[in-house]
Amino acid sequence: MNDFSQAFLKAIQLIIQLDPDLIEIVALSLQVSLTAVFIAGLIGLPLGAALALYRFFGRGLLVALLNTFMGLPPVVVGLVVYLILSRSGPLGALGLLFTPTAMVIAQVFLVTPIIAALTRQTVMDANDEFHAQLRALGAKSPNMMNTLLWETRYSLVTNVFAGFGRAIAEVGAVLIVGGNINHNTRVMTTSIALETSKGNIELALALGVILITLSLIVTSAVMSARHAAHKMYT
Amino acid sequence: MRYFLAKAIALMALGMALTSGLAEKSPFITLSSTTSIENSGLLDYLIPRFKDRTGIDVRVVSVGTGRALKLGETGDTDLILVHHRPSEEEFVSKGFGVKRREVMYNDFIIAGPPEDPLDIGEADSVERVLTLIHKHRMPFVSRGDESGTHKKEMELWGLAGVDVQQYSGSWYHETGAGMGTTLNIANGMGAYVLADRGTWLSFKNRNGLALLFENDPLLHNQYSIIEINPERHPHTKFKEAELFTNWLASSEGQQMIASFTLDGQQLFFPNALPQ
Repeated sequence: MNDFSQAFLKAIQLIIQLDPDLIEIVALSLQVSLTAVFIAGLIGLPLGAALALYRFFGRGLLVALLNTFMGLPPVVVGLVVYLILSRSGPLGALGLLFTPTAMVIAQVFLVTPIIAALTRQTVMDANDEFHAQLRALGAKSPNMMNTLLWETRYSLVTNVFAGFGRAIAEVGAVLIVGGNINHNTRVMTTSIALETSKGNIELALALGVILITLSLIVTSAVMSARHAAHKMYT
Repeated sequence: MRYFLAKAIALMALGMALTSGLAEKSPFITLSSTTSIENSGLLDYLIPRFKDRTGIDVRVVSVGTGRALKLGETGDTDLILVHHRPSEEEFVSKGFGVKRREVMYNDFIIAGPPEDPLDIGEADSVERVLTLIHKHRMPFVSRGDESGTHKKEMELWGLAGVDVQQYSGSWYHETGAGMGTTLNIANGMGAYVLADRGTWLSFKNRNGLALLFENDPLLHNQYSIIEINPERHPHTKFKEAELFTNWLASSEGQQMIASFTLDGQQLFFPNALPQ
């Protein structure tokens, strides 16, 4: 238990000191994961809604794939993105390997299936509930998709932040494509892995405490925004 | 009505904008190095001085020697700093590297449980140590990751005449991980382990481990630096990479290496030959 209390003290100490290295690492973690979630949302929300509302060839397979890809192993995604972005890979000329952009790309692959699959479920449930009403009001398909996305917006925010939780917590993909370069691609999770490997167990655990606190802050900010909005508009 | 969504998007955009200034565009080279050097903190000590002198930043990717060489083959790095001579010579002779330059050395040590049940501290050679471990089936933790340290360990088992592969999973444990992680595991298992002295000295979680055997000439650990061949990978920054090599081998670079200490102990010994 001593280790844990030490780690908490250390975490508080690091936060109070506003250690510039720590701030840089936290900022990069947020930058990479929020950007990835934003892009994944732009793809995943319409994709999920379309899968819920339209019938087309291969839809069943796509749904099965999405559900499977919700549990993609980050290290495999990292490896695939690495091979694509390597100088000897198809997109090597872009020189993106070992940059924050590469880390965003890998996380988009991890997060998009989660947002799309959860959105499909949310929109499908809403559609079951409102379909008859919307039809009776004369809604056409594209309108219906917009209406349903709008009506389920509060649940969708939760879906998007399930994706954020995945992105901010993973280490396998960002370690491979980012390289954990100090002042450049080092994020919270790769720092924790590095400090553990240096035997700085206490510091590693302290960083873990800070990472979880960070997730808590982001999630509660979104939840309270959601709550406030809900009160305002209903 | 749309206010809420707009706010959510604005929040994210703000987050991105606040942090996007981080990726500055100053000149840099990428150096692939070993976990042993990264964990020691040597490069964090050297690079700021090099940057002062040249304005070039050095971005360090820390992997095992095997993977560092691979990153060189695929052109994903400009420079490699590694420690396994036969692989390095093969790398240069195949045309992936321009030249191999020795810059510094230290040595390997064998650590294990402080009570040292096999008395390897009394052994007269590293072959004898390994033979004892094999004979008594004592737990031994190996990197198992094609790193320089792992390749060295395999050579030593070869000299001791022990084929460890057949014992993998019984008393011989392959972690497939970096030196620090492997030391953590050896610590947890009360096992013997081969480590480079730099990582050993800078490793913090070693209260269950003790340095038991050292100073055999076979445990010499030479580090060399190799620039990636720009003829193979035209995008690599050979000129800047060579500046770093030359600085590391210069009297200033060599003195910096010698003056890097941890708790009063020198971790690396410069031995670059003048050009």
